[in-house]
Amino acid sequence: MKYLSEYHDAAIARRLVDEIASASSRRHVLMEVCGGQTHTIVRQGLDELLRDAVEMIHGPGCPVCVTPLEQMDRALHLAARPDVIFTSFGDMLRVPGSTTDLFGVRARGGEVRVVYSPLDALEIARLHPDREVVFFAVGFETTAPANAMAVLQARARRVPNFSMLVSHVTVPPAMVAILEAPDSRVEGFLAAGHVCTVMGWTEYEPLAARYRVPIVVTGFEPIDILEGVLMAVRQLEQGRHEVENEYVRSVRRDGNRAARAAVARVFTLVDRNWRGIGPIPNSGLALRQEFAAFDAERKFRLSDIRADEPNVCRAGEVLRGQLKPPQCPAFGRECIPEHPLGAPMVSYEGACAAYHNYRRHRAASGRHV
Amino acid sequence: MSEDSAGTSLAQGLICPAPHVPDDRVQLGHGSGGKLSAALLRERFLPHLGNETLAELDDGATVPVAPHRLVISTDTFVVSPLEYPGGNIGSLSVHGTLNDVSMMGAEPRYLTAGFVLEEGLPFAVLDRVTAAMAEAARAASVPVIAGDTKVVERGKADGLYLCTTGVGELSDGFRPAAHRARPGDAVLVSGPIGRHGIAVMAAREGLRFEVEVTSDAATLHPLVRTLRDRVGRAVHTLRDPTRGGVASALNEIAVAAGVGIVLEDNAFPIPEPVAAACAVLGLDPLYVANEGIFVAFVEAAVADDAVDALKRHPLGAGAARVGTTVAEHPGLVVLKTGFGGSRVVDMLPGDQLPRIC
Repeated sequence: MKYLSEYHDAAIARRLVDEIASASSRRHVLMEVCGGQTHTIVRQGLDELLRDAVEMIHGPGCPVCVTPLEQMDRALHLAARPDVIFTSFGDMLRVPGSTTDLFGVRARGGEVRVVYSPLDALEIARLHPDREVVFFAVGFETTAPANAMAVLQARARRVPNFSMLVSHVTVPPAMVAILEAPDSRVEGFLAAGHVCTVMGWTEYEPLAARYRVPIVVTGFEPIDILEGVLMAVRQLEQGRHEVENEYVRSVRRDGNRAARAAVARVFTLVDRNWRGIGPIPNSGLALRQEFAAFDAERKFRLSDIRADEPNVCRAGEVLRGQLKPPQCPAFGRECIPEHPLGAPMVSYEGACAAYHNYRRHRAASGRHV
Repeated sequence: MSEDSAGTSLAQGLICPAPHVPDDRVQLGHGSGGKLSAALLRERFLPHLGNETLAELDDGATVPVAPHRLVISTDTFVVSPLEYPGGNIGSLSVHGTLNDVSMMGAEPRYLTAGFVLEEGLPFAVLDRVTAAMAEAARAASVPVIAGDTKVVERGKADGLYLCTTGVGELSDGFRPAAHRARPGDAVLVSGPIGRHGIAVMAAREGLRFEVEVTSDAATLHPLVRTLRDRVGRAVHTLRDPTRGGVASALNEIAVAAGVGIVLEDNAFPIPEPVAAACAVLGLDPLYVANEGIFVAFVEAAVADDAVDALKRHPLGAGAARVGTTVAEHPGLVVLKTGFGGSRVVDMLPGDQLPRIC
């Protein structure tokens, strides 16, 4: 864990900020894709250090935030069934569905367990053959390989009472949706380092060429992000639009081949709704037909549970990078982490929660956020 | 608030997709030490049970029993698992309650203990718990003078629950309290943060790290005595940052005293295994529970003396100054980042949730 200190070095950070400033002939607009990066940027105040050279727009890369209402309602329905042990990563428990959240279901007697890996959920299923154990498979390409492995193992070890409610999304289609939006101001991207650790960056190369945008694969520590910004700014200043890799200690061009193979073996691309953004073609992963027995949607016939996303929603503008969280009239008033009105206020990686949790003293002292 | 009223109360008819979650029953988050816990106290208990003494909302109550002034504090323990590296629920029930008494400035004198045992609990476990309890009480020189036991059916308790009450005696002139923190005070921690919470979480979830993290649980009154003997009344506030961690304790003090608190990033002593575990799990060590350290607010003029005194004691070897109390932004805790930025260190709504990725 040595990198914890090295990638937080304040002197290196100051040097990078100076380099970014002197490299910029004008103010550039960059989007960090991943919620983990948003968290670091707002927590450490990197956007404020860069204010004169770069505007950071916070992208849609928080899997908690973009999980559609419909899928939350299906999760709540399953978790409330007496024959089900519902398992999930911790940060999904506070995400509101139409009527309640998973904590609320648990308080009413539903069995909801926090796990740290889908393999833990598989183990619970093995230990409780009389119960149905459902794992809530949420996340981008980063979490997909482990979930694929859990399904493969469930089949190999014959655990018929294990299934997954899949709500996986993939990054490149969301970037296309942002670039295709008529009001997009994004000139370059910091791509999500851990997604690329799995997938590599070959799928970003046609995007950079077609939309003429620099894409820099970037890590999550403060120094990573500043380096990624510097590389993107240099490309913009030099008129280049390539895929570059800042996160060299983790990412290879081809990604992790074994992980990609597992994902491809188990999942197939489907259209998916993104909370606050709407449907994006081919942006989600679903279990292939041959793994239907492990697909909770099919096993429990959940397709009747539908919920329409309201089409007027400022969370969508935040997730598309058109609105900074404090510009929303509900921010910090009706909408706070204890009572989130929009999904970006729920997860710690959500842009609204990051601003609310870390920036409120500006409002208190009268400074503009 | 219903979905409709949430939507129409906002400007321009905008609607966000998430309705309010109705909160008509107890959730686990109400026990987290965060905002939900505070709301439970404010909305469910104080309206019925509130009185002048309880309204102080300190770690214990100060009551006159002529010719003495006593401090009485009570605490309930529901840790899972019952045993973890560095302690078990028995030793915890002694340390936790005696520390609450010590934070009020009192010398702990007596303990009482109430046990709720679940049918089927192995005697071997119960014996280890009571042995650890006795050992901790002996080390603190505080006898357990009264107790009670109830047994409930299998499935009605998580092995065993414990409730302990501590009685302490105040000496003259030493009355640290949350509301006494003043602008200009130095904010100290008496040791490294995050050990207890990570040790329990690792034991509960079966997580293994390269270096095992053990709970820091310890009886703190010898360390409080050391601090009192060196700087006396210059100690304005003491608090043991248990559930909710240092961040929640500091928020409570900022609100109670009506002051702002400014913390320095990198000033906090965080053991490397704790930092590593937090990085892996997506947790912030500032919110992780401690059972063997306190935060102290002391007059700035004696801050170095106070840190020196703490460092000379084995329980305070890792003591450090971590911040300052200010008149600005009352009720808010702000952390200055190493990069020249700053951010709010808020109380969490409920428990810290491990992140997806």
